[in-house]
Amino acid sequence: MKYLGITLERPKIGVFDFTGCEGCQLQIANKEEDLKDLFDLVEIVNFREISSDRREDYEIAFIDGCITTDSEVARLKKIRKQAGILVAMGACACLGGVNNLRSRFSLSDVIREVYDRHHINTGPVRKVADVVHVDIELPGCPISKPEFEWLVRHLVLGIEPQFPKYPVCVECKQRLNSCVLDMGLMCLGPVTRAGCNAVCPRNRLGCWGCRGPSEEANFESLIEILREKGFTEEHIAERVKFFNAFSGVLNSDR
Amino acid sequence: MLFKTITKENFKKMVEGLLEENEVIGPRSRDQDLGGNKIYRFLKINSFEELEMDYTRSYSSPKNYFLPFEEDLATYRLNDKDWEQEIRYTIHPRVIIGMRACDINALLKLDQVMLKSVYPNPYYFARRRNTLIIGLDHEPLEDCFCRSMNTDTVFHGFGLFLTDIGDRYFVAINSDTAYIILNQFDAREVTEEDQERYKTVKKQIESKFKTQVDITILPELMDLEFESEIWKKWGHKCLSCGSCAMVCPTCYCYGIEEDTNLTFTKATKRRFLYSCNLLDFAAVARGHNFRPDAHIRLKYRYYHKFRGFVEAFSQSLCVGCNRCGKACLAGISPKAVIDDLIKTEKK
Repeated sequence: MKYLGITLERPKIGVFDFTGCEGCQLQIANKEEDLKDLFDLVEIVNFREISSDRREDYEIAFIDGCITTDSEVARLKKIRKQAGILVAMGACACLGGVNNLRSRFSLSDVIREVYDRHHINTGPVRKVADVVHVDIELPGCPISKPEFEWLVRHLVLGIEPQFPKYPVCVECKQRLNSCVLDMGLMCLGPVTRAGCNAVCPRNRLGCWGCRGPSEEANFESLIEILREKGFTEEHIAERVKFFNAFSGVLNSDR
Repeated sequence: MLFKTITKENFKKMVEGLLEENEVIGPRSRDQDLGGNKIYRFLKINSFEELEMDYTRSYSSPKNYFLPFEEDLATYRLNDKDWEQEIRYTIHPRVIIGMRACDINALLKLDQVMLKSVYPNPYYFARRRNTLIIGLDHEPLEDCFCRSMNTDTVFHGFGLFLTDIGDRYFVAINSDTAYIILNQFDAREVTEEDQERYKTVKKQIESKFKTQVDITILPELMDLEFESEIWKKWGHKCLSCGSCAMVCPTCYCYGIEEDTNLTFTKATKRRFLYSCNLLDFAAVARGHNFRPDAHIRLKYRYYHKFRGFVEAFSQSLCVGCNRCGKACLAGISPKAVIDDLIKTEKK
């Protein structure tokens, strides 16, 4: 691959699944018409969902899912050692994600409820950064393919990617959406990192915060607004805690 | 200015005629707020029936049809050692129906910056030139303060401007094109009765303004109250979400980004509207941020509207539509902030 006459390195990429639904990996495999161009740009050497190759010479590792078991910790540390750049990909890897809902209950209760008496080795839900150093966080539940491709272009060119620092409201207003908070729905858009093109409010769903907090988000103000609008503490807590994106924001957390 | 009248029936025919060859934008409702009020916005219409001439206020201003939230400034075809640049200014002819006097005045303010400055903006110029504006009078809403901003009436910057006088519209005509179009649909000379009805409606509109904002010494006040605590008070509530700037008919700050396609054969230089309330608005290379505090950013937004622009163009950049106040979840509105400033000064 050449860029204005300069030959670009074709980095070797590994995509690895941990605890999660694998939807983010599926996003990479989606949009088939672009796959050939993507593979021209990077060499996929380890990606169970789309290839039988199991090479260990990857330079960039994409981590899908959160970390729950000892074996996952060991595997992740090994990947970190090999990878020059490690990308946490999606809400589970970046935040803990939906899986973190189980952290509200005692682990033994959770195991009993799901697996009954079957022995299972599982620990607390951790985001990737709780275990190893993360170089880049690619947010979203799931990630979006255009944003993934955008990131890959940056990695190939060696440019530091700049994710939006501002909240979802900007994109929501740009799409001329109705503000779902005006329509009586709960929404975390004002404190959640943009980049999703406000896809949920666009479809009259409030934002759940899957992309994590926007930078220097004003939680205090939003929570006061939500209370004034009549949302109950339970409703607010349920939303705020859903993706584990905003820990420490509610007084009840502290 | 020339005046004529057109019956509503003929106006309908005119819109249908315009729809044949133009992209027509007008107020349409989608969704309702909790109080059961329709939420309007300026959207493409496909038939006259979609047009809601009785709309109150559009949630967002029609600014984006002149300054799009995102636009490609140039595209590039990249080859081995060089590139070819392509720039397109052309747009499909467009008609916007139902713009308020405040929104047309907003365009006149933008014209000062986009057309009359040292470096005119050709993209804006193309849209402005290829857009026929059909304005529409309305009775002021509770929080409209355009009167205070001297933007409740408009005398140029549009093609036609309609005032509803019952079974027909009283039409101010301000361009050759508009004149020619109007005459194709049996526009009538203004009768004495039309004139009387028009004056009555105008008086009625005038009598309904409720909200006033005192801007008499605002530019000076802004300087005197530069360190005022009120900026912290409002800044503390500010979500730094940029909603105010996005819905505002005159906010025009922007950023530029460049990107390529996946095969590095094409590139795009893109402009996107930004807001001075966003955290990294004043961040520069290597990361230094000149305005890291929300209350300072909020203050400077008000400064640009009510002081900086006055200094440069002898007029405020605010038209008093209060869309920012409506869109702000934290309840920050120009009226509230300016009243606060005045109160502080009087203490």
